[in-house]
Amino acid sequence: MATRVGIEVSIAIADAVKLANPDVIAAYPITPQTHIVEHLAELVANGELDAEYVPVESEHSAMSACLGSAAAGARTFTATASQGLALMNEVVYVAAPMRLPIVMAIANRALSAPLSIWCDHSDMMSVRDTGWIQIIAENGQQCVDNIICAFRIGEDQRVLLPVMVHLDGFNLTHVIEPIEFPEQSEVDKFLPPCKFPLPLNPDNPVAMGDFAPPVIFTEAKWAQEMNIRASKKVVLEIWDKYNKAFGRQYYAVEKHHSDGAKVVLMTMGAVGETASVAIDELVAEGQDVGQIRLRLWRPFPLEELREAVKDAEVLIVLDRAISYGGPCGPVASEVKAAFYDQAKRPKVVSFVGGLGGRDITVAGFKDMVKKGTEIARTGSKNEYEIYGVRE
Amino acid sequence: MAKSESEYTWKDLEIGTIISDPGSARQYESGTWRSQRPTYDFKKCIKCGLCALYCPEGCIGENEEGYFEADLFYCKGCGICARECWTKVITMVLEEE
Repeated sequence: MATRVGIEVSIAIADAVKLANPDVIAAYPITPQTHIVEHLAELVANGELDAEYVPVESEHSAMSACLGSAAAGARTFTATASQGLALMNEVVYVAAPMRLPIVMAIANRALSAPLSIWCDHSDMMSVRDTGWIQIIAENGQQCVDNIICAFRIGEDQRVLLPVMVHLDGFNLTHVIEPIEFPEQSEVDKFLPPCKFPLPLNPDNPVAMGDFAPPVIFTEAKWAQEMNIRASKKVVLEIWDKYNKAFGRQYYAVEKHHSDGAKVVLMTMGAVGETASVAIDELVAEGQDVGQIRLRLWRPFPLEELREAVKDAEVLIVLDRAISYGGPCGPVASEVKAAFYDQAKRPKVVSFVGGLGGRDITVAGFKDMVKKGTEIARTGSKNEYEIYGVRE
Repeated sequence: MAKSESEYTWKDLEIGTIISDPGSARQYESGTWRSQRPTYDFKKCIKCGLCALYCPEGCIGENEEGYFEADLFYCKGCGICARECWTKVITMVLEEE
């Protein structure tokens, strides 16, 4: 019988990691992620979790230790945010082509400068092309569920890839929510032991991340690309299995009043819940609007996105990051690319907002839907709209 | 290695491009990078082995007479051995052929 408790989301994530019974945690504290690894350190120190906790000297070392432990076949977890993710960047790139199924929680926070500890998605965008599977949670329950799923997805023999679970800094990490925890025995049933096929082992030596001359590099990179593209099917399959075991279903693109809606708002992360209140109110007023939430950023769910908005005339995309000097918000760029060669496609309107912890309220989302709908009709002199900036 | 590298398709690669055949780097002929080759005047050689200690490739070993000599399959022609040799045994010459 699952238990439902009121708990800070960071602590809940640590407890979910404990349920997954990891062998190694190597981490460095950074706001707003600190409570996650702090609580894990506490669980290990108290003898409640039998894992190796490596308190490293930097995030670069954290990810390096994680590579080593995953390469030895150990179930491995770390967490970071923003500048910490930026510092570990070169090592983050190494995990996916080496096929090491590390799970990392990212408490999304703006990148400096100016210094900000609050949420946006600039750190998430900075690791878009590292080859990790990237799952985005919207509330505490989704964090707990997706941490457990992330281990199973990453360690699946058809996948063997590192997985990031993104959650918005402060807006999720530091709030107390009612969360249902599955029983340890149920998680044990859902999550088989980690079995890396070619682990580091002195009796059967292997070399990993080795030198690849031009004659083999393209083949190595194409194998990596084919692998992450093929992983989408497995992600969806494991989410289905999670639903069968625990009764909560996840989709790559989650729909809210969006079937048949003419105007659809697309969000990522915790603001999706605020946006859904705005959409509910607009629907109650009789407007033909809906919402989709992106749950899977990599691999990008092209087919699911196209299907979800097949009836829409306008798709308003909210990004919480700027691609400086680029065509529009980074998610909106990909959404536009997804529809460019489609015969029937919605008009995509790109908004950037919620930077560095700036709130977008229910009224704000209603305003965004109104403005976006107008822009779709009349056009705009801007490549994209920045929401809420003082001019 | 059963196949040469140029015969491998992306599907043939081991997961994560892991090398499960240890020591395979021995088959890599880094000597093809060389633009200069060491030549030896062994009459001057005192068999101290300093060249072998300095060689960044670790490709210098003793020959049958006990003189130190680079394995040209691996030698990249950096010339550090010639620079470090006390008794000026080694002269670097251009690979012109």
